[in-house]
Amino acid sequence: MSTKKISPEVLDIDCEKTVAEIESSIRLATRKLRRKGAVLGISGGVDSSVCAALCVRALGAKRVLSIMMPEGESAASKESVELATILAESQGLTTIKEDITEALRGTGCYARRDAAIREVLPEYGEGWRSKIVLPSVIDSDKFRIFSLVAVAPDGTEHRKRMSLSAYLGVVAATNFKQRVRKMIEYYHADRLNYAVVGTPNLLEYDQGFFVKNGDGAADFKPIAHLYKTQVYQLADYLGVPKEITSQPPTTDTYSLPQSQEEFYFSLPYDKMDLCLWARNNEVSAGDLAGCLELETEQVERVYRDIDSKRRTTAYQHMPPILFNENQ
Amino acid sequence: MDQMEIQKRVNEYIVETFLFADEGEGIGEEESFLDTGLIDSTGILELIQYLEETFDIEVEDEEMIPENLDSIQRVTKYVSGKLASK
Repeated sequence: MSTKKISPEVLDIDCEKTVAEIESSIRLATRKLRRKGAVLGISGGVDSSVCAALCVRALGAKRVLSIMMPEGESAASKESVELATILAESQGLTTIKEDITEALRGTGCYARRDAAIREVLPEYGEGWRSKIVLPSVIDSDKFRIFSLVAVAPDGTEHRKRMSLSAYLGVVAATNFKQRVRKMIEYYHADRLNYAVVGTPNLLEYDQGFFVKNGDGAADFKPIAHLYKTQVYQLADYLGVPKEITSQPPTTDTYSLPQSQEEFYFSLPYDKMDLCLWARNNEVSAGDLAGCLELETEQVERVYRDIDSKRRTTAYQHMPPILFNENQ
Repeated sequence: MDQMEIQKRVNEYIVETFLFADEGEGIGEEESFLDTGLIDSTGILELIQYLEETFDIEVEDEEMIPENLDSIQRVTKYVSGKLASK
């Protein structure tokens, strides 16, 4: 293992060079796919904003369609539309809005999710809000088992450990949100002969923080090789409005506000990026710990969690398995 | 129920649920489920459910640690201890 001194500067990139490379790659990919432009969903978050800006620079604003896809239950939808509108104006983007609430009702997303929640909290119903959360990975060796946090209409908070079927049921139902959004993106891509852009950053892509055939589906992914810290650097370089870059990352999947650390990652994104970078570059936990103001044991837990997530989510990256007579 | 019977049941459950019994594979009693990638966090939930239903015990939040659940040997020891304290 390396004994180099680690600092956040290891993630600094040459923005001008990186943007030029990605622009070129977007043009090549679009040509290779024989598409005439690009479609992407914009959430008002920094990842989709940077992807939109890159596509506009690569293909021209007239060849990029951005889609806002709010839903009635989301805690962040209204603000998401406001931020996405600010982005569209700043980049000269053609933008449409497709509310996915009725589509989600049609799939039974909300009803199925609520039925799963009632397996552990029978009183859950109309007017309640919820999210699922994980315990901290750095504070103990405990297995990370999801708990349900639900707030009743009178404001009282309930917390319950989730059973296997309740957890799988809630995740399966809420996955409709990402899959319905992707269906809409591909509808517009098909009618315009455009390519669909995926907007994960490297942290999300590497750690499987996406829904298979939901936000994980795309024709190309312009920032999947960049740490989120680097995406923020590009955002500043590309002139993404400060209203967007100053927002903390969220999941925007549950009716209660939920941070990405509560739901998935062990640490805030800037520290997670360094952990992932260090893991990829064989830096020992001891060498990294001081930079993060953590104990070595805590960094070792994060490393184990990184490895575990890679194993667990390998399925999400896999293409279909084809059977042939040579197997 | 003695420790041998507990271990036998746990071993059968692990092989059937996570190895698919028809593959004819087994797992060493000290082999780490996590390190071998045999069981992930969803699988641990499944295992906990099996233990609670089969042995009529309750796995507390603070007991969900690798020391108790991360190998057949550790699970056997943990379940034996829970049953003995009932």
